[in-house]
Amino acid sequence: MKTLARRSEATAADDLLPSATPLQLIDADGHPGDNPGSLSLPGPDVLVELHRRMVLGRRFDSQSTALAKQGRLAVYPSSRGQDACQVGAAVALRRQDWLFPTYRDSMSVLTRGVPAEETLTLLRGDWHCGYDPYQYRVAPQCTPLATNTLHAVGLAYAATLKNEDQVALALLGDGATSEGDTHEALNFAAVWKAPVVFLVQNNGYAISVPLAKQTAAPTLAAKGIGYGIPSLLIDGNDAAAVYAAVRAGVSRAAAGDGPTLIEALTYRVEAHTNADDATRYRESSEVSGWLSRDPIARLETYLREAGLLDDSSAARLAAEAERLAENVRERMNADVSVDPAELFEHVYAQPTAALERQRTELLSELSELAELEEPAP
Amino acid sequence: MSSSAEGVVSATPAAAPVTMAGALNRALADSLAADERVVVFGEDVGTLGGVFRVTDGLAARFGERRVFDTPLAEAGIVGTAIGMAMNGLVPVVEMQFDAFAYPAFEQVTSHLAKLHNRTRGRLALPVVIRVPFGGGIGGVEHHSDSSEAYYTHTPGLRVVTPGTPADAYTLLRQAITCPDPVVFLEPKRRYWSRETVALSVDGPSIDRAVVRRPGRDVTLIAYGGMVTTALEAAAAAVEEGWDVEVIDLRTLSPFDDETVASSVRRTGRAVIVHEAAGFGGYGAEVAARLTERCFHYLEAPILRVTGFDIPYPPPHLERFHLPNTDRILDAIARLQWEDDDRG
Repeated sequence: MKTLARRSEATAADDLLPSATPLQLIDADGHPGDNPGSLSLPGPDVLVELHRRMVLGRRFDSQSTALAKQGRLAVYPSSRGQDACQVGAAVALRRQDWLFPTYRDSMSVLTRGVPAEETLTLLRGDWHCGYDPYQYRVAPQCTPLATNTLHAVGLAYAATLKNEDQVALALLGDGATSEGDTHEALNFAAVWKAPVVFLVQNNGYAISVPLAKQTAAPTLAAKGIGYGIPSLLIDGNDAAAVYAAVRAGVSRAAAGDGPTLIEALTYRVEAHTNADDATRYRESSEVSGWLSRDPIARLETYLREAGLLDDSSAARLAAEAERLAENVRERMNADVSVDPAELFEHVYAQPTAALERQRTELLSELSELAELEEPAP
Repeated sequence: MSSSAEGVVSATPAAAPVTMAGALNRALADSLAADERVVVFGEDVGTLGGVFRVTDGLAARFGERRVFDTPLAEAGIVGTAIGMAMNGLVPVVEMQFDAFAYPAFEQVTSHLAKLHNRTRGRLALPVVIRVPFGGGIGGVEHHSDSSEAYYTHTPGLRVVTPGTPADAYTLLRQAITCPDPVVFLEPKRRYWSRETVALSVDGPSIDRAVVRRPGRDVTLIAYGGMVTTALEAAAAAVEEGWDVEVIDLRTLSPFDDETVASSVRRTGRAVIVHEAAGFGGYGAEVAARLTERCFHYLEAPILRVTGFDIPYPPPHLERFHLPNTDRILDAIARLQWEDDDRG
């Protein structure tokens, strides 16, 4: 009996381990991948949508990088190269589900339906979070990494407690897996069987620190077994695989079977932000190697071979992307208006007496400056 | 310590003896009964009823979906509470001891305190974090910190602490219905103090200080565990001929300038008492605010009676560290009475 029990536990444990090599539905050349594992290829409509959203997302991303260089955004952390993760994850969510993004996930936020201008408010700097989290079911983009994973677990477990069918998707990177909050979130989620999916976009670097200095684990997905969480290791530049993996995690969570950990292997093509110099820590040959595994190009090849994309639909899509970029430029080039009185408004539900006094002080200071016709700071 | 039976009885208008722990237990029970969105969780709060028994009987009465144990991880407790509040629940979480709350500091300061602001008011986080705080119980290291200044220095948080069993009930009920995040500091040395009183949700509002003892000569400003000490000092001061007014701050943030300043304008003298180290401590803020508002009414410099600027001492040494009646009376004696020309 003891032997049997141990063997069945061993089998259960094996079920939690990721595959030795990344699962892939469409390979770098745009052909069917030879390691699909448990993943099934999404239908044609989904593939076309993934491609469209990636083309739009990348145009948004390159436009935002340009706006940061022009000083229209305070900073922009690009997710170019991670397009498949950004888009695949957001498209895989159902309407009632929640996305918990980090600062690098603007493309994902946009894909989830948040207008470009509201997505970029944080990075333009006229307020912190520019969108209504409840309207899009997108949490504010998280700057202290890994802290969002706990919020995702809490929101998801609240859905369980309220008997509501709602799943939370936490986005994080390879660096964030070293943070204590990630450990606590994986552990809480597993113990509570919370309906959460953790998507680790392993892009190889935490700003400049390579993965080898981040962890000694064989893979980041392998960490799941330590929490009792089933894990998937996937090709993060394969949008079909990302979509299928996240979708499977969402279905599993919605069925009451608890969390899933997904490690998606991908690459950050741009520097950490426009303020970073990536040549200080990585070779250009490494970047060009990843460029040849581009997520959009491979899906485009696949769609053309399947007869799902042709020159005219590609041209229409390119035009749509240009319109999006033009719209982003127009809105971001407009001068920002800010209201100093608003500083005091959202600290507490009602401003305290002390905050009312401080608002009055600031406003009278500003009106004195205006009377002297001196420029306000 | 409250019995489990005490924990499941709703507040009644009749006065009855109750400990502070029992009053807190009843506040939690009544809040859970009044609002199905309220959930109570933390380390050992379920089956055990909390190491101080403040959650005694609640899991049995309300079930494991309302009152539950968590893994041992404070950032996890506060971080998940934030997510739950985003999804419509009203989490009331327990940090087992003051110094064990520090792992949650980032979640408290960067998210709990700021999310309402970061989202332009679209997110509200009605989370209550209960923290047993302060010394005086002979606890070994890391069990007796006064951590209030870390929280009061963080805009967006309310920080409150009760001084009496009755107020523990009132304040906790109010904290749970408050739309802002509240750090609720429980003076653990007073958990077993007893009062015969009718517990009521109606009382002074969550943002008001109260005068616990009216007096004419000097205002003694205290909070949490030091309220009782201040009242004892005020009673002893009568023999010395001083009529001491005692203010129980209740709310450390926001600060009730009106109540405190009007008292000091009447008495012309003020002493602030807290257990925490004086340097950079909460009393410095109180002294500064009173100086700004009452300077021309003051007969003497505002004094502070605080813990020394040392890490909290071991049990056999804590009596040398904690403010006591003698030290408070000494401070009152130093308020330049010889210059008093008011007769």
